[in-house]
Amino acid sequence: MRIFDPHIHMTSRTTDDYEAMHAAGVRALVEPAFWLGQPRTSVGSFTDYFDALVGWERFRAAQFGIAHHCTIALNPKEANDPRCAEVLDVLPRYLAKDGVVAVGEVGFDSMTVEEEKAFVRQLELAVEFELPAMVHTPHRDKEQGTRRTLELVTESGLAPGMVVVDHLNEVTVDQVDEAGCWMGFSIYPDTKMDEHRMVAILQRRGLDRVLVNSAADWGRSDPLKTAKTGAAMLEAGFSADDVDRVLWRNPIEFFGQSGRLLVDPELPDDASTGADASATFEGNSILRGSRD
Amino acid sequence: MTEIEPLADHDTIRHALDASAQAQLEALTAEVADDPSRLGRAFPAAARRTGRGPLPGVDGVLLEDAVRVRLVQVAASSLDPDALLAELREVYRYGDSDEKRAVLHALSGAPEEVDGSDLLLDALRTNDTRLVAAAMGPHSDRLDDDSWRQGVLKCLFTGVPVASVTALARRADRELAEMVQRYQREREAAGRDVPLDVQVVLDACATSPEQPQHEQKDL
Ligand SMILES: [Zn+2]
Repeated sequence: MRIFDPHIHMTSRTTDDYEAMHAAGVRALVEPAFWLGQPRTSVGSFTDYFDALVGWERFRAAQFGIAHHCTIALNPKEANDPRCAEVLDVLPRYLAKDGVVAVGEVGFDSMTVEEEKAFVRQLELAVEFELPAMVHTPHRDKEQGTRRTLELVTESGLAPGMVVVDHLNEVTVDQVDEAGCWMGFSIYPDTKMDEHRMVAILQRRGLDRVLVNSAADWGRSDPLKTAKTGAAMLEAGFSADDVDRVLWRNPIEFFGQSGRLLVDPELPDDASTGADASATFEGNSILRGSRD
Repeated sequence: MTEIEPLADHDTIRHALDASAQAQLEALTAEVADDPSRLGRAFPAAARRTGRGPLPGVDGVLLEDAVRVRLVQVAASSLDPDALLAELREVYRYGDSDEKRAVLHALSGAPEEVDGSDLLLDALRTNDTRLVAAAMGPHSDRLDDDSWRQGVLKCLFTGVPVASVTALARRADRELAEMVQRYQREREAAGRDVPLDVQVVLDACATSPEQPQHEQKDL
């Protein structure tokens, strides 16, 4: 099973996690820029964080044979702090980098005016830099937040296929599906969304435009939830090719739209060969540029 | 106005690229030639617009590094050493690890008047082995002896082959030998393997021309 985790915060994880992920088949991932638990109070701490996402964390992942990508944005929670508003001005530098495969996480936390302003501005940046957008949906009042999110996406002019709306559940999936956006599901070790409910959603609406992630971070979470969802799919009668589609080809297709992937999309589908996804990043094969 | 030694000659780079990547390289080069302050704009996109991976025909050189150093070379041709250094500091500050490494390689081909030792010291504070290795290249002759010795020791610690350390045979001295011996004793006391490069450095210290000089100074 080859796995691309499209949403995981490795900065908060240990090297044991990297080892276990590689053993489970994870060969590539996307780390979205997000809230660190402790609110930041200045632009400098954001730039240091962004530098780590395109620097140290990428290096660290490569040591474990995993290709690390990231998304860059001012997250909705901190968009509410006026001391952080200037972060929006430094984003273009980072959105130009290799391995930065989307603008994100953007969206709503508490549905404030400030959040909406930052969200709209960052959707504009996605259009300008020809990047996909990764949109976080609020944990509270998810349905209303998702509705407003989709309105703003439509107004932005960003193609729905360039947008993934994340942390969905049974209540929010259909409106995102109808809008033509990609659907992200975060599988948690608690009641928010588990692998069996995930399988039920896949059985009901199919595998198109679905991304499954662990969203593992500094909270209670499990970086192997992608692999566990793959196992649950097989148990429920999905084929190995279906699993590959959801856990590898779908994220490659979505983030490949950025033209910034640092992993070989044709990586051999066999975790046991020990094929090293970071090989392309380390420079063992010539990967030619695509668009741009 | 400032001459930068390229990592690979232009034809070698061109040969590694297909027609469309060659056109991209020409476009990037023209952009930077026209306005050297565009270097910071050209740098991040350089690898995805041209290519990445080992450069055929040049051992140990990556195509993306060769392309970026080529861009620095073009920008430098219309910048005086101070202006070039200011530009490189900016590119390094906001660069990802690949861009930072390319800046270090460009410094390795810089003339006497360009002193980017502050960038080398920044790279040596990281634990990114590719940056550490690049920092100990030819430009490391700008580092004072203490920083240089610490750099060599860091290579041993982080597993960077000391073959990538420029002028090891010339600069290795008794003080470095003592540092490395203490490191060796620590490893042995812990029952751990001693990296083979430890002996390489100690041999260099034993035969280095710095050795007698230092003894004289000590007297
Ligand atoms: Zn997240």
